[in-house]
Amino acid sequence: MTTQIVSEQIVDAVKERPRPEEKKAAEKKSSSIKCVVWDLDNTLWEGVLLEDSKVTLRQDVADVIRTLDERGILHSIASRNDHAAAMAKLKEFGLDEYFLYPQINWGNKSASVAAIAKSINIGLDTIAFVDDQPFERDEVAFEHAVVRCIDAADAAGIASLPAMNPRFITEDSKVRRKMYLADIERKNVEDSHEGSPEAFLASLEMVFDISAAREEDLKRAEELTVRTNQLNATGYTYSYEELDAFRKSPDHDLLVASLDDKYGTYGKIGLALVERTSDVWTLKLLLMSCRVMSRGVGTVLLNAILQRAKAAGVKLRAEFVPTDRNRTMYVTYKFAGFREIEKRGTISVLENDLSRGPDFPPYMKVTVDV
Amino acid sequence: MTTQDNKSKIATYLVRFFPGHELREDEDIFTLGFVSSMFAMQLVTYVEHEFGVEVENEDLELDNFRSIRALDAFVTRKLTRANAA
Repeated sequence: MTTQIVSEQIVDAVKERPRPEEKKAAEKKSSSIKCVVWDLDNTLWEGVLLEDSKVTLRQDVADVIRTLDERGILHSIASRNDHAAAMAKLKEFGLDEYFLYPQINWGNKSASVAAIAKSINIGLDTIAFVDDQPFERDEVAFEHAVVRCIDAADAAGIASLPAMNPRFITEDSKVRRKMYLADIERKNVEDSHEGSPEAFLASLEMVFDISAAREEDLKRAEELTVRTNQLNATGYTYSYEELDAFRKSPDHDLLVASLDDKYGTYGKIGLALVERTSDVWTLKLLLMSCRVMSRGVGTVLLNAILQRAKAAGVKLRAEFVPTDRNRTMYVTYKFAGFREIEKRGTISVLENDLSRGPDFPPYMKVTVDV
Repeated sequence: MTTQDNKSKIATYLVRFFPGHELREDEDIFTLGFVSSMFAMQLVTYVEHEFGVEVENEDLELDNFRSIRALDAFVTRKLTRANAA
């Protein structure tokens, strides 16, 4: 399978040049923390585990971990300890599930922090590191100047720091840790899978749901238009208010797609905006999260719209505006039977004669509720 | 390089997407199974890298990509044009 390609695309998407209006958001984003990396001995618990197996949990720290988790901020561990003993103790405290890619080994903490950032695929500037030892904090700060280092003595106040308070908490942020855990599980299964890619995809028991956007979907929809660059056919971004107007408009369909499988949910991963007149429907926006590219779902939303247009007896057009990243979308349209019929400045207008009956892939269940 | 070489290269590349299927030269790969965005993009990228041709927007027609024979003809056409230029 092609996990490698996908993760490179995600890295590319992250590196992408921000447009002016996005730059402000990016600056704000860089000061906010996506993952907190915790030391264990005398930080998460009082005492040194290998000297005293009866260490006591710091309740204030446990509270901080649970609070941040609800806000969609992730956690990990950088600890010099015996891995099995430390994980067993975390399990005893009921906290083991909270940590992604825990680094419990005898190496440098700076290397552990770097390994965590790489595994989660986030920038070092979005990581905070908490340790009681000044030496460890200095070592991490020396290697990674952008990591925010925090003394364990100040741990109780972490949840009230501005960097730990994201502006929006969406449905997706509440389940973010679970989505990462499900991804780790999927990756393990995928790596050990023998047989055809289709058989693997079928084993995931995927359910792809398409529905009309509801008010509570709009924050995530806005986030998708701002954050998705590569798989965005036009690069148009819409504000919450504009999306809300389209949602209520009788001349538009605003569709949201979500994906689930037996390991859990991928969340809301696709968005489409269709402008309708009596004889022509026009796709103004079609975008897909890069996270699901390897799942063979990229054309499902498009095919659903093709089917609806065919049933309504209208022409289906799509607008495409090239960026340096979204060629996949152009190829998707062309290979789905769209032809370019008009160019208006940088906008290409494509039309589909609807002669081919698009199907959904056999390895997933598609539900449409529009 | 003969066109037969290109055909076998293309066949070797495509066969991994349709395991257990003996792909005929003129068989339409777009009717064989589900074609995802990623497969389409991979195919375009493959043609560009393997044969050193640039696939332009106007080249992105299914007819150029739908079978081993079509891909071979497309690549040959592009290479001939590039050499003539």
